[in-house]
Formats: sequence, C-alpha cells, structure tokens
Amino acid sequence: MQWINAIIQGILLGGLYALLAAGLSLMFGVMRIVNLAHGALAILAAYLGLVIVQATGISPFLALLAVVPIMAAVGYLLQWGVFNRALSMGGLSPLLAAFGLAVVVTQLLQLRFSADLQSLQVGSLSVASITITDQISIGVLPLITFVVGVVVILGLQIFLSRAPLGRAMRAASDDPQTVPLMGIDNRRVYALATAIALATVGIAGMFLGMRGNFNPTYGDAMLIFAFEAVIIGGLGSLWGTLAGGMVLGIAQTVGAQVNPSYGILIGNLVFLAILAFRPTGLMPKAVTT
Amino acid sequence: MSLLSVRDLDVHYGDFQAIYGLTVTIDEGETLAIIGANGAGKSTLLKSIAGQVTPTAGSVTFADVDITRTPPHKRVPLGIALTPEGRRIFPSLTVEENLLVGAHVKRKGPWSLASVYEAFPLVADRRDRLGANLSGGEQQATAIGRALMSNPRLLLLDEVSLGLAPVVVEQIYAALPAITSTGTTVLVVEQDVNQSMKVASRVQCLLEGRTVLEGRPSDLHRDQIASAYFGI
Repeated sequence: MQWINAIIQGILLGGLYALLAAGLSLMFGVMRIVNLAHGALAILAAYLGLVIVQATGISPFLALLAVVPIMAAVGYLLQWGVFNRALSMGGLSPLLAAFGLAVVVTQLLQLRFSADLQSLQVGSLSVASITITDQISIGVLPLITFVVGVVVILGLQIFLSRAPLGRAMRAASDDPQTVPLMGIDNRRVYALATAIALATVGIAGMFLGMRGNFNPTYGDAMLIFAFEAVIIGGLGSLWGTLAGGMVLGIAQTVGAQVNPSYGILIGNLVFLAILAFRPTGLMPKAVTT
Repeated sequence: MSLLSVRDLDVHYGDFQAIYGLTVTIDEGETLAIIGANGAGKSTLLKSIAGQVTPTAGSVTFADVDITRTPPHKRVPLGIALTPEGRRIFPSLTVEENLLVGAHVKRKGPWSLASVYEAFPLVADRRDRLGANLSGGEQQATAIGRALMSNPRLLLLDEVSLGLAPVVVEQIYAALPAITSTGTTVLVVEQDVNQSMKVASRVQCLLEGRTVLEGRPSDLHRDQIASAYFGI
C-alpha cells in the first residue's frame, strides 16, 4: 500500500515538474533556446508573489492574476532586449545570455531579500488532504498543482496545434528563414513565445512558493528537475514533458520510500538511464527537422 | 506604369558579386520569365525583390514604394510573395497548415483554401499529410499554393521545374493561367527555357549577373537564346 501511495504522490509531484518544465520545453521547441535562467525566473515569480501578498494581504491564488501577466511582460521584453539579439549572434550566445541572466536574477534577489527561507502562506490549505484509505491520502495543494500542470500543458498543446499564432510558432521552429516570406516577423513570434513561457513560469513559481520554502538559489535545483523532465519526455514534445515530469516525480517518491535520502538520487539515475538507453526521450517529436 | 522596378542593382555575397547593375521592370498583369544558367543571378534577383538579400547598390521599387531596405515580412502585406528555391515547405505542419501559414497576412483577393485546392488537385488530395512526407511535385504545388494564400499582386516563382519529372512540371504549369487570369503579375525564374517560353509574355535572359537578351518569346529566335544563355 505504501508503494501505491508513493506512486500517487510521485504523479502529483510530477505535475509540478511538468508545470515547471512546460516553459522550458516551449522555448526550446520554438527557438532552440536552452533557458538556463528558467529556475531563477520561477523563483523571481515566487518573490514577486511574496511582495504582492505582503503588500496587499491577498491570497497567493489571487496574486497569480498579477504575477502571470507581469511575468509574461517580462518575457516579451527579455526576448526583444536580450534573446533576439543573442539569437542573431548565433552559436552559444543565447545559452550564455541565459546563464548570465540566471546569475543576475539570483544575485539581485539575494541582495533584495537575503538568503532567508520564505514561503507563500495559503493557511490551512497547505495541510488539507483527502483521505482515500488508511494509508493513502492526497494533499489538496499537490492535487491543485497537478491539475494546473496538466491544464497548462493541455492548453499549450491546443494553442500550438490550433491557434494561428501557435501554427506560426511551429513554422518558425521548422524553418526560421522561410517564415518571414509569409509576412510573419520572427522576432515578434519569438517574443510572444517567451511571454507565454514566462507566464507558465509565473504559475510554476507561485506553486513552488505555496508548496514549500524557497530562497534565491532555490532555482538551481528546480532548473535541473525541469531539465530532466524535458529530456526524459523527449525534446520539443509537450506531452513528453508531462510524462517526463511524472516519471521523474515517481522515481523520486518511490526512491524516497526505499530510503528517505535516496529520492533525488533515484530521480537522477532514472534520468541518466533514459539518456543512456533512450536518448530521444519517451515521446520524441515525430518529425525531425 | 510598372508594378515592379529594379534599377541598377548590385548584389554581393562577401567579395563575390552576383549581380551587376541589373535593371528589371515588370508591368501589372504581365508574366516575365527570367532565364539563365546556374549562377546567372536569377535566384539572387528574386531574393532581392523578396527582401532576403540586401543589395549593395541600386533600388527596388514596388507599386511606387521604395522597398530596397524593407525587411521581407513587411513586403508580404504590400503584395509580394515568393515561392523559394527548394520549396521550403514546413515539414512538421500538414499541407493545409502550410497553406494557412501562407494566409497569415490577410490581404483581400480571390485565393483561399478552396480556390487553391481547385487550382491544384494535387494539393487537395494531400491536405492532411505532413510537409515532410510530400513528393517533390507535391511540395512545389503546396509552395505555390502557400504563396498564393497571401493574395499577392506579384508572385515570384523560383525554379519551379527543378528536380521534377516533366509530367509533374506540366501539371504545375497548367495552373499558371488560373493564377494570371486573376490579374496576378508573375515573375518566374527558370532553367527550363522551353517551359518558360510557353508561359511568359516576356523573357529576359541573364548571364553572370547581367541582362544579355530581352524580348517577347515570339520575337526571339532559338539560336539567339542559346547563345545568350550559354554566353557564346
């Protein structure tokens, strides 16, 4: 029974990882940008939420309504100001720009908020749970996180496959040189893609902050988990990212069931095993370009 | 009044000069064929008109607007569409999605999914297939359809027949009258001289980045074209 419980908790944790990884997957899928600042930006969103909650006294859930559009705006400006330039320079420039951004964001947060642990208070919700059997109970907050993660991935998937802008993003991913011949400005498409990615980062960061403690350097670990989810699932596939998040989550909770100190280790081992035996991930893109 | 006017164009790729003081004008409703051997500068000319290449000297004027330095995505709303060399179909999009991306700029005109499918039955049969899984002829037809979806005033066709079986080339050229009859001006670049002589109202032959022969197909003699084409 405790194993089933571990798997259920793992699936729920996987929802958080998928939520965290969705933006990373989108930015890589559309622009081939490996956004090393992803974790730091999630923590930035959590602090943004903290400031709003402390200033107004509203619930973190309500604060999401402000954090998400602010992060989207940050994403749009970041792409115009930094990443579009880095992309035009080619090579490793976008990677280095993202790395530099991660350092700057982390240090600025450290400067402003110190390294003290913080959290977003959600009151009794943080301990509320639904009892299934004697040994299995599901936390309400992890369940909400999971549902939000699935909805975000589903929403992104529908957007990319149906919306004209989503179609333009897939076209730009296929062949950025040809897209302008359709009257589409790549730079604008990219800016909107990053805006959407950072909107999802905003959601992920807020849920991170509600579920536990964070400090400015906490983004590093989150970046690694998000990366692992993307790679396990298969680069460029959002469904894969969801599956990858769950595989990672289950590996960590089942590992922790074996021995509480093994959780993260087992997660990393599963990731390495995927890299060694199935480097394209669980659900690789059907079309390779 | 000419729709497109390219004046004294110079284009360089690094130290290499591809086009030397080239002048090309095309009137609304005309079909101009640019012919020439490999390396004559035909594709470079089309890229300068579509904005993929920036000339080092000279000007490109479209419908009285100087577009010499206008980026490519801003030329499409003016009414210029290019079917690029190599077709460049988006491989992970279906044929229909490729066409819809082509319709991103919503210019008014006769072309829509329905009319493209009517003009190219080849495309209609493959509408749900991924771009990656098309034959060369299907790709070419889709690429032309995709360009038409923006309802261009000037359609630029680059090397339509390249690498295609003659029967497929015939099929694709069979759709050209349907395009020109709507008043669309067509500039076609070809290595296949016979094919372009059939469809064009005027022919301009390039050699090493310069015009060497120009005229109506009926006025030009075969030997004249051969010597201009090969520079002998």
